[in-house]
Amino acid sequence: MKQTATTKTSYHIPVGPIHPALKEPVYFEFEIDGERIIDVNVKLGHIHRGVEWASRKRNPIQVLYLAERICGICSYCHPAAFSLAVEAAADIQVPERAEYLRVIQGELERICSHILWAGVAAHEIGFDTVLYFTWQIREKALDLTEYLTGNRITKGIMTIGGIRRDITKDMLPRIKRDLQFFKDNFEKLRHIFLDDKTIKMRSQGAGILTKKDALKLCAVGPTTRASGVKKDVRVDTSYFAYGDLDIDYITPDVLTGNINGDVYDRIIQRLLEVKQSIDLVEQCIDEMPAGEIVSEPKIPKLMNQLKKVNGEGVGRHEAPRGEVIHYVKFNGQTENPYTWKVRAPTYNNILPWIPMLKGEQIADIPIVAASTDPCMSCTNRVAIVNNNSKYELTKEQLHKMSVEKTRRFMK
Amino acid sequence: MLELQEIIRTVMIIILSTVVLALFGIFFGLLYKGIDRKISAHMQGRIGPPIRQPFRDVGKLFTKENIIPENAVPWVFNLAPLIGLVGTISILLYLPIGGFRPLASVEGEIIFGDLILVLYLLMIPSLALVIGGFASGSPYATIGAQREMATMIAYEFPLAIIIITIAWKLGSIAAGGLGVENAFTLTAITANPVWNAVGPLGFIGLILLLLVLIIVTPAELSKIPFDAPEAETEIGGGLLVEYSGRNLAMFYLTDAVKTVVMASIIVALFFPYNLSPLLGLESIPAYILDFIFFLIKILIIIVFSVSLIRVSVARLKIDQIVYTYWVPLTLIALVGLICIMWDGTMMESYGWPKIVEIFGLI
Repeated sequence: MKQTATTKTSYHIPVGPIHPALKEPVYFEFEIDGERIIDVNVKLGHIHRGVEWASRKRNPIQVLYLAERICGICSYCHPAAFSLAVEAAADIQVPERAEYLRVIQGELERICSHILWAGVAAHEIGFDTVLYFTWQIREKALDLTEYLTGNRITKGIMTIGGIRRDITKDMLPRIKRDLQFFKDNFEKLRHIFLDDKTIKMRSQGAGILTKKDALKLCAVGPTTRASGVKKDVRVDTSYFAYGDLDIDYITPDVLTGNINGDVYDRIIQRLLEVKQSIDLVEQCIDEMPAGEIVSEPKIPKLMNQLKKVNGEGVGRHEAPRGEVIHYVKFNGQTENPYTWKVRAPTYNNILPWIPMLKGEQIADIPIVAASTDPCMSCTNRVAIVNNNSKYELTKEQLHKMSVEKTRRFMK
Repeated sequence: MLELQEIIRTVMIIILSTVVLALFGIFFGLLYKGIDRKISAHMQGRIGPPIRQPFRDVGKLFTKENIIPENAVPWVFNLAPLIGLVGTISILLYLPIGGFRPLASVEGEIIFGDLILVLYLLMIPSLALVIGGFASGSPYATIGAQREMATMIAYEFPLAIIIITIAWKLGSIAAGGLGVENAFTLTAITANPVWNAVGPLGFIGLILLLLVLIIVTPAELSKIPFDAPEAETEIGGGLLVEYSGRNLAMFYLTDAVKTVVMASIIVALFFPYNLSPLLGLESIPAYILDFIFFLIKILIIIVFSVSLIRVSVARLKIDQIVYTYWVPLTLIALVGLICIMWDGTMMESYGWPKIVEIFGLI
C-alpha cells in the first residue's frame, strides 16, 4: 500500500451486493468521514438474468408469463405494460369491463406493494413490531388477490386484449369486507407511521430529494411525487379505465401542507396512495359495466392475428414504484417479438439516490435506499462480460462505440 | 497447620461459589433471553422460538468453526470475548443475589468493592467489545466500535448521577438520610432500602431516577432503540460482524450475563426487599423463597426495561442516542437529584414526614 503524505480522514465502506439492508443485490461504494457520507457510487448488474433475450424464443402469450417473472412484487404491472404495448402494435380493442377489471388488479397490487414496503421500511429502522403488523395486513391483501385471481404472487391474470378472470356478483361482498378491513387498519397504520416519535426522528429530514433534482434526474412514481412533482401515468395518459374514474395527483402536502421531499414525505405519499387505491377499487366495483372480459378468447386465433402484425407499440403503466415502459416490435414474419424492451421504474430512481445519500449519516443508508422502494431484478438489463469477467464502459467509450455503429449503418 | 487448612478452606469456598455464581449468571441469563424473545414475539404477533432456544444457540455456536479474519490482530481478537465474559461474571461477585450477601464482602472491617467498582466493571464488557471490534479489522466493526464508545460516554453520566445520589442520600444525615456507614457498598444499600429515607419530594426524585436507570439499561445491553453499535440493517452486526463460533458464543453469554447483572443492580438499588422477614421464615426456606422472589423481580425488570422498550420504538441514530442521554435524561436525573436534595431541606426545616412514616410502615 502506498503511504500518502497527508492524513486521510475519510474511508471507504462497501454496502452490498449482499447486505442485510438490501433486499436485492446492488453495490454501493461509500466514502465516509466519521459518520457522514461524502460520496457514493452505485454499481448495478448483479442480478441480470437475460429476460429480454429469453423473449426471442417465445410467442407474445408466452412472453406475458415471462414478463410476470421479471419481478415478484410487480407481477401484474409488467404483463400489463406488455399487453398495452402489444395491443398498441396490433391495434386490439379491449372490452370496457376488462379495462375496469384491470384497474382493480392494478390497484390491488399497489396496496400489496406499498404495505410490503411500509414493513420493510420499518425493519430498516429497527422497528420490527411494525413490520409484523403491516405484513399481517398484507396477508389479507394477498388472500384477496388469491380469491380474485387464484394465485397470491404470480397471478397470471393478464392476457392480451383483456383479462382472464371476471369478478362475479357473489364475489362482491367478500371484496367489500376486505376493503373495509384495509380502511380500518389504514387508520392504525397512519397513526403508527405519522405520529410515532422514533419514526419521525429517523425519517424527517433524512434523504431529501428536492423538486429540482427530482425533475432533473427524471425520478418516477411515489419518489418523485413525494418531492412535489405531479407525475402519474394514470392521470397523464388515462389508459385502462382511469379516464372514467375520479383520480387526481397525490402529493404529501394534501396531509401536511408542505413538501420536504424527505423519507417522511415518501412514507406519507405511499400511505395516501394506499387510500387512493382502496377508493379506486370501490369506484370500479360500483361503475363496472357488464360485458365481455376479453376481446378474443381463442388463443390460437389471437396468435394468428399477432403473427401478421408488422409494427411497434409502447405500453406505459403506473406500477407501484412508478412508470414502467414496455416497447415491443413485431416484424410480421415470426410469431416471436422482434424486440422487447423493458424499462422498470427503479431504473429512473437509481440516480436520485446520490443527492439523497450525500451528506447523510451511515445510519440513514438503509432507510434512504429503501425509501425509493428499489426493485433490482426489474432494473438489471445489462451485464457486460468478457471472458467470464466483468468490465465497465465509460461514457467516452460508449459514445465512441455508438458513433462507430452509426457509421457502420451508413455504409 | 490449622491456619493453613483454614485458608485452603476459605479459598476453596470462594472458588466454588464463584463457579456456582458464573453458572447461575449464564443459566438465568440465557433463560431470561429466551423469555424475553418469547414475550416480544407475542407482542409482535408471532409465535417466537421456544424458551430453550438461546441454550441451543450457544451449544451450536461452541461446535462451530472459529474464524479469524485475515486483517485481524489474532491475540486481541481472541482475548476480547474472554475479557468480556470474565469481566461480566466478576460483577456478580459484588452483587447481592436474593437473600445471599455479595460473595466478595466479608463481615467485619474489610469490604471489597462498592458501587463505584461495579460502575467501572460494567464498562469492561463494553470495552472488550470495542477492542474486539477494532481488532477484527473490518470497516463495519470499526464503525460499530466507534458507536459503542460514543454510547458508553453518553450513558455513563446519567448512570453515575443515579448511583451517587442514592449513596449520598443514604449516607448523609444532613440530607435527611439514614446516616448509613459505607453507603456506597451494596451490602449497606440492600440493608437500608432507599425508599425508607425519603419524604414526598424525594419519592418523586427516586421515581425519576428509576425511570432514567430503566432507560439506561437498554443502552448498557445494546438493545433497540440504543443498539446502533450492532445495528443489523445498517452495519450488519457491527462489532460482532467478524466473530463466529466460540468467540461469538462468549459474547452471546456476556450479553446474557450482563442482562442479569443490570437487572440485579436495579433490584439492589431500588427493590432490595425480601419476602422472608414478612413471613417470618429463617435459614434454608428463607433463602429459597428470597431467591425465587429475586428471580421474579429480575424478570419484571427485564420485561419493562428490555422487552417492552425494544418492541415499541425504532432504532435511533448515534447522534440522537448521545443527545438523548446528555440532554433529556441527564436533565431528568439532575431534577431527581435536586428533588432528593430539597427533600432533606424540607424535612429539616419544615418537618416534612418521611413516606414510610406517612403510611405507618415503621
